[in-house]
Amino acid sequence: MNDGKRTLYEFTKGIIKENPVLVTLLGMCPTLAVTVLAENGIGMGLATTFVLVCSNAVISLLKGVIPKAVRLPCFIVIIAGFVTFIDFMMKGYLPGLHSALGVFLQLITVNCIILGRAEAFASRNSVGRSVLDGLGMGIGFTLALFAMGSVREILGLGSWLGMKIPVLSEKPMTIFIMPAGGFFVLGCLIALVNKLANRRPPKEISCDNCPNASMCSGQCRSREGV
Amino acid sequence: MSYILILVGCVFVNNVVLSQFMGICAFLGVSKQIKSSVGMGGAVVFVMVCATAITYPLYKLLEHFEITYLKTVAFILVIAMFVQLVEIVMKKTMHGLYKALGVYLPLITTNCAVLGVTLGNINNDYTFLESLTNALGTGLAFTLALLLFSGVRSRIEGNDFPEAFKGVPATLIAAAIVSVSFMGFAGMM
Repeated sequence: MNDGKRTLYEFTKGIIKENPVLVTLLGMCPTLAVTVLAENGIGMGLATTFVLVCSNAVISLLKGVIPKAVRLPCFIVIIAGFVTFIDFMMKGYLPGLHSALGVFLQLITVNCIILGRAEAFASRNSVGRSVLDGLGMGIGFTLALFAMGSVREILGLGSWLGMKIPVLSEKPMTIFIMPAGGFFVLGCLIALVNKLANRRPPKEISCDNCPNASMCSGQCRSREGV
Repeated sequence: MSYILILVGCVFVNNVVLSQFMGICAFLGVSKQIKSSVGMGGAVVFVMVCATAITYPLYKLLEHFEITYLKTVAFILVIAMFVQLVEIVMKKTMHGLYKALGVYLPLITTNCAVLGVTLGNINNDYTFLESLTNALGTGLAFTLALLLFSGVRSRIEGNDFPEAFKGVPATLIAAAIVSVSFMGFAGMM
């Protein structure tokens, strides 16, 4: 692969091939919790993208400075700083969305996608690459959330982005905006992606894409006797 | 009375995993066997209660200096340090307990349920004792969900699903059904 192609790949891989939610199964909590409306999905996705791009850039800049032993607390503090920033901005400019996302906006801090990318990518690559990687992953996350939110809003409320859909809105299937519907829609979406990609689905959420793998060094796996 | 209400509310009505979607990664990752579910649940209860006991006074301190906007940064840092400290101390002094809970401790730092509880206590304006009750209840709720679900999972293990649904999608749909059962508690409060 030549250089230009490689750079482009850093950007596009997060959108489809390594989509954080649907393929590597990271960041499930916000995916399930905020996607009652398609609009909330976009808002959460964009907020996460912002934090992801900024933290990837800063961590990549500091990769020579942060000692290896304390890198995870350092990463978390950097991420938490940007989360506080976006929290303030959203409270000021989009108060409706801010209250809809609730505590999950602050919980972006512990979103495994962000820590996972910091650990696996930004702490090993140049600033430009890390920003592209963050942008791609963020867009992939946003698209997945938007898809989830659209399905749940259309089936559960009979509307899409606030617009009423004629027949469906008369008797919407409320179960889809309840917690159970979230689990169900996400399961179906992942199955759909498996089917379309025609690949063997991941058997379990494995240590391979767990951001804590370096800390627990596979102890959780050996303990479960996998 | 209010403490009992908080406890029941946490465990059944607003179950942290099945209706608030916190700690899903751990819920799906560790619920394979009953034994590991109990270990993880115990570690989460312990860390949640201790984290609340630390972050509540810390918030009062931040309030005193009028820098409450730093709460996310301060809380996560304190939780991360606390978890590492406990792991080190446990490894040295309480070997039995370490073997039972220790390996799950590093996984808890990024469990959003822990940060979620500490932030939730502040957002709900709980008193110190109410916060501790809330943390205990949430931890127990997490353990209950994990235990119930590990039972469900052992039943669906060898079943013949369509190829695309094997693995995680089947697990998620099973979680949807378990979550439906918790909807029955919704009218209680």
